[in-house]
Amino acid sequence: MSTAPPDADELSRRVGEFLAAHDPLAMEPLEFLRARFDAGLAWVHYPEGLGGLGAPRHLQPAVDRAFAEAGAPANHPERNSIGLGMAAPTILAFGTEEQKRRFLRPLWTGEEVWCQLFSEPGAGSDLAALATRAVRDGDAWTVNGQKVWTSLAHEARWAILVTRTDPDVPKHRGMTYFVCDMTAPGVEVRPLRQITGEAEFNEVFLTDVRIPDEHRLGEVGEGWRVATTTLMNERVAIGGNAAPRESGMIGVVAALWRDRPELRTPGLHDALMRAWVETEAARLTGARLRQQLAAGQPGPEGSGAKLAFAKLNQEVSGLELEMLGEDGLRYDDWTMRRPTGVDFTRRSPGYRYLRAKGNSIEGGTSEILRNIIAERVLGLPGEIRVDKDVAWKDLPK
Amino acid sequence: MSDLLYSEIENDLRAGVRELLDDKAPWSSVLAGTEKDEPYDAGLWRALAAQLGCAGLPVPEDLGGAGATWRETAVVMEELGRTAAPVPFLTSSVIATAALLAAGERDLLAELAAGSRIAVLAVPFSTAPGDGVPAVQAADGTLTGEVTSVADGMAADVFLVPASGALYAVDAADARRTAVTSLDMTRRLADAAFSAAPARRVGDVGAVRAALLTGAAMLASEQLGLAQRCLDDTVAYVKTRYQFGRPVGSYQGLKHRLADLWTSITQARAVARHAASCAAAGDGDAPVAAAVAQAHCSAVAVKAAEECVQMHGGIGFTWEHPAHLFLKRAKADSIALGTPDRHRAALAALVDLPPA
Repeated sequence: MSTAPPDADELSRRVGEFLAAHDPLAMEPLEFLRARFDAGLAWVHYPEGLGGLGAPRHLQPAVDRAFAEAGAPANHPERNSIGLGMAAPTILAFGTEEQKRRFLRPLWTGEEVWCQLFSEPGAGSDLAALATRAVRDGDAWTVNGQKVWTSLAHEARWAILVTRTDPDVPKHRGMTYFVCDMTAPGVEVRPLRQITGEAEFNEVFLTDVRIPDEHRLGEVGEGWRVATTTLMNERVAIGGNAAPRESGMIGVVAALWRDRPELRTPGLHDALMRAWVETEAARLTGARLRQQLAAGQPGPEGSGAKLAFAKLNQEVSGLELEMLGEDGLRYDDWTMRRPTGVDFTRRSPGYRYLRAKGNSIEGGTSEILRNIIAERVLGLPGEIRVDKDVAWKDLPK
Repeated sequence: MSDLLYSEIENDLRAGVRELLDDKAPWSSVLAGTEKDEPYDAGLWRALAAQLGCAGLPVPEDLGGAGATWRETAVVMEELGRTAAPVPFLTSSVIATAALLAAGERDLLAELAAGSRIAVLAVPFSTAPGDGVPAVQAADGTLTGEVTSVADGMAADVFLVPASGALYAVDAADARRTAVTSLDMTRRLADAAFSAAPARRVGDVGAVRAALLTGAAMLASEQLGLAQRCLDDTVAYVKTRYQFGRPVGSYQGLKHRLADLWTSITQARAVARHAASCAAAGDGDAPVAAAVAQAHCSAVAVKAAEECVQMHGGIGFTWEHPAHLFLKRAKADSIALGTPDRHRAALAALVDLPPA
């Protein structure tokens, strides 16, 4: 076995070899995906034996393209975004060998969907204030509490879960991170209806849920450090999509402008052109960010991308409603449903306007992101912390 | 997608230009220069244009230039934006040079590239690419007419004058020039009058639009450099200025605005690099890229300079602090070569979003 990580040519050779030995059109899809994982061609930057080959991360798109062109079955990453984007990197960073072997393969193939039990009614931006208690009981833990804003909870087999294990120390020090079996007794999932009328998210109630100690990720009391790894990956996951010019919300509004001359006014034209320019600026910024990553020069620009995206999506969806005038007063459907993902283009303008309001709240509010940029990128002084040296149990709640 | 990063050569060039400007154009000198009669800093210009060889960057070597591209030129623009240095780089080494390149002229071009002469395009500095130009009449090898608000008009050795459908070169000595008290004290304007001034035809009037378009693309990099400088200075200041027993930079009222400014500057960098790359490659997307760059970067530079003044508080409102140099440059730049609104209008036509 060679020790140097494979380059693009070597990867291309291995994909060809794999496809020659595994006919993607003849094999059962799951068997094919498992074999691809075992060959190290799932996520090539992961270590050998865990679906990867220790190759540079930027070589992944070429591998995915080669499999797609051969008609290979997909692992449908959109159905397991939290598993792939957040749980997997956290397990890789903090999991035991046994945990990595148990969880990563069915996660990547899509056999097991994951969700994230982080936010609570009393712990949103201040995640470290969370109150869900885990109490040690022999070689297991008993967990009680309530989590909220959990997408995919009703489909998930596993969850990543942060709990409070020591209320007598300051909040950041008393947390522990687990993998939680969503089919365990005491786990109850209820849909959480949102302002669009549907329920993308859930509330999850945990009542005397037993979690074996072997499902702990990281040390007892180290939960904040583990959770921070997860959250760093969340921001990367949301910020960096490639897009052609005039795609997304601006494309919808530009098409409306071209198709419906009777809606045009000078004021709307000005707003449209401003939004068009800002969308193009955001798109080029995303392209530059990806060029930096590919060149091995990652910068902090990604933290600005989500901030800009949220603002733009809200402005442009609001503009669309205004442009529509009378039609902007109508809504497609308030029925409570359980969509599997967010699709801005398939629903009505009213839906887009309302759903975009979540963009500046989910995955870190815009206010928290501004704090992060100000403190970590610009080096400005941190907020004055009144909770720093206070035991969690003594904090005002 | 064009390359939006900086190459090693570009980084080296930046370091060289910055070293020169740190040495010869600290803000105290730039400020002092605004109260002198000299319309630009001739010593700095010699060092930048001739010794560092920046004047001829986009000019091919066989025409007497450095054989680089508009991408490298844009890096120099960034550095000049950081200092608001009073040199005719944008006017002579970018706009006039682009006009002569488009016109196919060689002799004057070589002199500009060597930094031995300064030429400026004789149109009001607010002229957007594609705008009409003042009516100057050409007859019997002479020009007659007036052009107002010509940037670096007092610094020019030669005017490139659009007249009667062509582009002419006129010796500055043959024009009657009046210095204009200018909002931007570091890039001063002049009114120029031509009265049967001897003129040499150098090309078609089409070169004017090409020159202004390249100028607009390059100006975005100046605005980027200026915005980054304003952000850097402001961030440094709010860390050290204490009020109510805390650095004022610890208040969210300032932190969040600085975070927003930083975010729009990261966008300005991508947008300006794209415009420079398109100009360098002669890309068909260049008109869109330049319009987007001007519409975006003008606003970012003005915002950065305005926030710089406001967040410095009282000191930022004084003559003895450099913030006003950047504010005046930023606001003038936002009008120069077309306001953001004019560029959005141009863009609307380019991307098929017709007005109401």
